[in-house]
Amino acid sequence: MADMTVAEIRALITKHKRWDLIFATVGVLALMVGVLTFVALFAGMVMDGAHRLSWDFFVNFPSRRAENAGILSAWVGSTLVMLVTAVTAIPVGVAGAVYLEEYAPKNWMTDIIEINVTNLAGVPSIIYGLLALGLFVYKFGFGQSILSAGLTLALLILPVVIVATREAIRSIPGVIREGAYALGATKWQTTADHILPYSIPGILTGVIIGLARAIGETAPIITIGALTFIAVLPPAPFTGDPAAGPFDWLFAPFTVMPIQMFNWTSRPEAAFHQNAAAAGLVLVVMTLSMNALAIYIRYRLRKNIKW
Amino acid sequence: MPLLFFARAAGAVINLYYIFLGSEPRSAVANTRTLNPLADHTISARLAKKRTRHVRERLIEGLLFLCASVSVVVTVGIVLILLTESYQFFQHVALFDFLTDRQWTPLFDDAHYGIMVLLSGTLMSSLVALAVAIPLGTIIAIYLSEFAPFAVREIAKPFLELLGGVPTIVYGYFALLYVTPALQYFFPGLPGFNLLSAGLVMGIMIIPYVSSVSEDAMRSVPMAMREGSYAMGATRFQTAVRVVTPAAFSGIAAAYILGISRAVGETMIVAVAAGMQPNLTWNPAEPAATITAYIVQVALGDLPHGSIGYQTIFAAGLTLMLLTLFFNVVGHFLKRRYRQAY
Repeated sequence: MADMTVAEIRALITKHKRWDLIFATVGVLALMVGVLTFVALFAGMVMDGAHRLSWDFFVNFPSRRAENAGILSAWVGSTLVMLVTAVTAIPVGVAGAVYLEEYAPKNWMTDIIEINVTNLAGVPSIIYGLLALGLFVYKFGFGQSILSAGLTLALLILPVVIVATREAIRSIPGVIREGAYALGATKWQTTADHILPYSIPGILTGVIIGLARAIGETAPIITIGALTFIAVLPPAPFTGDPAAGPFDWLFAPFTVMPIQMFNWTSRPEAAFHQNAAAAGLVLVVMTLSMNALAIYIRYRLRKNIKW
Repeated sequence: MPLLFFARAAGAVINLYYIFLGSEPRSAVANTRTLNPLADHTISARLAKKRTRHVRERLIEGLLFLCASVSVVVTVGIVLILLTESYQFFQHVALFDFLTDRQWTPLFDDAHYGIMVLLSGTLMSSLVALAVAIPLGTIIAIYLSEFAPFAVREIAKPFLELLGGVPTIVYGYFALLYVTPALQYFFPGLPGFNLLSAGLVMGIMIIPYVSSVSEDAMRSVPMAMREGSYAMGATRFQTAVRVVTPAAFSGIAAAYILGISRAVGETMIVAVAAGMQPNLTWNPAEPAATITAYIVQVALGDLPHGSIGYQTIFAAGLTLMLLTLFFNVVGHFLKRRYRQAY
């Protein structure tokens, strides 16, 4: 270096700094690939499908004639399946996370549970479908029903709920617990009155992200053999003749939004592709608004709470 | 104040728990205590109260433990179901044929069960996807962690999360009806179903998984290491590539493994855009079925429970599971090999 002139050193520095600029540009371009793909996807679906979005589209059953087809059975099915998923995954996931964070002793049992939660998050979703096919559909005899689908998706999002809840609980400082114990509260009183209420925003974020994932999940539901052409709604409780029982809908055949979209996509006629675009649009808006809500809650959480 | 509302609602639910467990809600207990502290304070009454309290605590702990162990039950369930059904399958088909046969025609009269065929589809589509996702994901991670101004990062990260939240069937639709025609414009001979367009779109879908985990790893590299590098006269780019990236490599490897698992297990994009025709090929411009697409194809028809066709999907699923397991084990060792503690 000693024999370099100032001008040479300056040139070297400029050369290296140029790489900074080049890389920053490459980075922005890489980001743009993602952004542009999304924009193209969304714009394409709007152009092809937006004109199909009308009141009729939401209240019509699927039909062999593309222009009459709608997504009534699909969105009702999706809603009911999500209901089952939420009712199972939230309590079990939150309770599991509470156990792991607040109760679990440090031993091999706990280690096994923790390793399992991590591994389950990486299992391909279609494997859950195979589990459900063997277990729920045939062993338990639930059939290809809303109950089977809801439980399958619940197992699928369980790791998401558990991880989010654990993170939320972990961020609560120990003094809160100590304060409660000092006043004579039991462990459960501490958990139920303090830990859980304070971690609700974090839990909510995880639950919403999990449900958003579940609502767009197609593979496991196809695997349990959900029909793709359904022109009836599940029986509403206490209606019909003979009157349906309060839980008959759980065992009804069904279809969901992504399966309806898959069905329309795999047909050759362009008219059905427009239906698929419209259904996809509804699906994307639904999952994205759920994700956006979760991101918003997390943002608020980060801004508001300072222990 | 929606959050406050949710907190209240949860409080109400928790009170219901107390009623369900056979004691008064807390407010009632508190009132009697403050009004008349010595009312029922004979020793046995106090002991009885303490005992019910203890029993209740243990019951709750047991319940929570059961919920936590659901994850273990699920894992055991997956392994058991895959193994038992595959065992039935391998009663009919020799393992050797399964691994070496070059045809996959389980539903034909002249049935062949060569998993290699499906494996080639899975590996080729994953390879294309990773060729997109790993470079782009890594560049985005380095850019966001080392270069991007705060505002860009705050916008880009949630956006990438949204990109990862788009349902895969929508990506499948996009690959089949937009990307394939676009590719056909450049390569006129490209068939309507092909691994290339499925793989490309799958790669874009995986970018957020790779970039967010890698970025977290890079951000957890201590500032002092960057400062040391700057103090030696290194530029941002040199620091990012020669100091931060090697230091975070264990986490970056984890991100790659996550991406590989996603690619291998991805179903709807390949089922829609790559065709479901089993095809032993290493050419991404051809249509081919992946393991996952085959499972979907079988599930769409109605094979009787217990038939050999029904069992093939479990054998295929077991292969898929072993494949992901293999990559995860490799990832585990990579992580251990490159782990650096600060």
